[in-house]
Amino acid sequence: MRAFLRAARLDIAESLRARWFLFYSMVFGGIVVLLFVFGLTESRILGFTGLSRLLVTYIQLCVAILPIFVLITTVRSVAGDREAGVFEYMLSLPVGLAAWYWGKMVGRFTVVFLPVFLAMGGAALWSEYSEIGVPWDLFTVYTALLVSLSWSFLGFGMLISAAARSPDVAQTGAFLLWLVLLLFLDLILLGIMVREHLPLEAVVAIALANPLQSFRTAAILLFDPQMVVLGPAAYVILDEVGARGYLAFALAWPLLLGTVAAGWGYRIFRRGDLP
Amino acid sequence: MISFVNVTKTFKRARVLDGVSLDLAKGDRIALVGSNGAGKTTLIRCLLGEYTYDGKVLVDGLEPRDKRSQVLARMGFVPQIPPPLKMPVGELLGFAASVCRSDPQDMVRVIESLGLEYGRIRKLPFVKLSGGMKQKTLIGVALGRPADILIMDEPAANLDPEARHVFFRLLADRRDDGIMLITSHRLDEVAALVNRVIEMDMGKVALDDRVADQVDMASRLSCRLTMSRADSAFARALGEWGFTGSGVDWSGWVNGPDRLRFLGMLSRYTGLVAGLDLREAEPCVA
Repeated sequence: MRAFLRAARLDIAESLRARWFLFYSMVFGGIVVLLFVFGLTESRILGFTGLSRLLVTYIQLCVAILPIFVLITTVRSVAGDREAGVFEYMLSLPVGLAAWYWGKMVGRFTVVFLPVFLAMGGAALWSEYSEIGVPWDLFTVYTALLVSLSWSFLGFGMLISAAARSPDVAQTGAFLLWLVLLLFLDLILLGIMVREHLPLEAVVAIALANPLQSFRTAAILLFDPQMVVLGPAAYVILDEVGARGYLAFALAWPLLLGTVAAGWGYRIFRRGDLP
Repeated sequence: MISFVNVTKTFKRARVLDGVSLDLAKGDRIALVGSNGAGKTTLIRCLLGEYTYDGKVLVDGLEPRDKRSQVLARMGFVPQIPPPLKMPVGELLGFAASVCRSDPQDMVRVIESLGLEYGRIRKLPFVKLSGGMKQKTLIGVALGRPADILIMDEPAANLDPEARHVFFRLLADRRDDGIMLITSHRLDEVAALVNRVIEMDMGKVALDDRVADQVDMASRLSCRLTMSRADSAFARALGEWGFTGSGVDWSGWVNGPDRLRFLGMLSRYTGLVAGLDLREAEPCVA
């Protein structure tokens, strides 16, 4: 436990010193500030106004930015450390591989999740102060969704880092994964597949498997479960399982996916050459 | 204490270790020598449990790969190339001391005995230190913890003469406590530190021999040197050894374990040496 906590602390401290973290925090903090500046809390779209409107927009931007940030920074630092010889030295110290690997993952999760959450929390505090009103139920659901999404992509990042032997390969793999998941969002390739009369089961299965899709659908189903917004596959799934069922799935599935990917990565890490 | 049993390591198609079998016993101070690609670093990484391999590596019956924490708690390691760690030196020591369950002050004491002011480097990123400072810090971490197996990859390469002397003395203090494995490209660099030489070539053990154990690792030789004429290249070489003087007369100290290396350097300027006086001095307690 001591080694696990030390490894997590080390990764947190390492990330806080890195330039990417500063940039990353500024991006998410900046998004919230910009949304306030552009008066998003005062606009009304689809019946949504106030902080709810801002949170919905923020969460949509997170779908686009968060996964690629998590993937690239994770694979660069983990695979980069190995190539630079950091692992050769650090893993010559008596620290268990499980403690090192999972400690690194938990540490990294803390630093990728906190700025996203703090930006959202800051917006909530400001709204409370400005008496705009905070939809705490939405805030809680979005926090849980962000945990789920961050964990899932962190798991993918750890798997790619463990499998790739160089930072360049890892980075390319991470980018390709993000691109594929992005392309298979409901309104992009899946829409085309539906139009081309591909088996509905296959389309639904792809939509269900894609954590980006489940995050996106869960984020918008609370306020506008229309097919034109959700996309056809998500609409069918939602019709089958209902809003609560889908929400539960959207929270659990990425968590499971991330844990399985990270576990697979750990298996590769443990069985292979470390440096 | 340590056994390598038919250890083979292959990277893709290249066999880097080819059926290496060795037994290292308590009290062994081993020079692991060989040219680049001979398999020295790979053998060390197998011992540290960092590589997978065919065969067996056992440390008192335990596989380093399976029982990492138990085995590595007994091993101090100094790598040839210091890792590019961005963390401050203090944080590195804190982490190492915590996982090794040792007192960071012991590491600080070794670092300071090597001539490094810990207070000055504590908050500096490790990667920003000079080569010598990094080496001293890593030696401090390796020697400042209760490890009975020391593995060092060219440990003294970046050290100045005074730090080398302290380093040799520190090794002398713990010489019979366990096993010391020092790798080097050149035997003369480490000959005086060891009592056994293992030479590797193409992934195999080419030579495994004992060395007469005569040199006191803590000793120093006082040296006076007269040259037939002044020579700038020779003066530079002597300056690197910490000698003082000018023109044709020079004097300085040579660490006991460095005598072979010093004579090797002198041999390049044999034609210029008019007089040489090399005397064993009292063991220095620096």
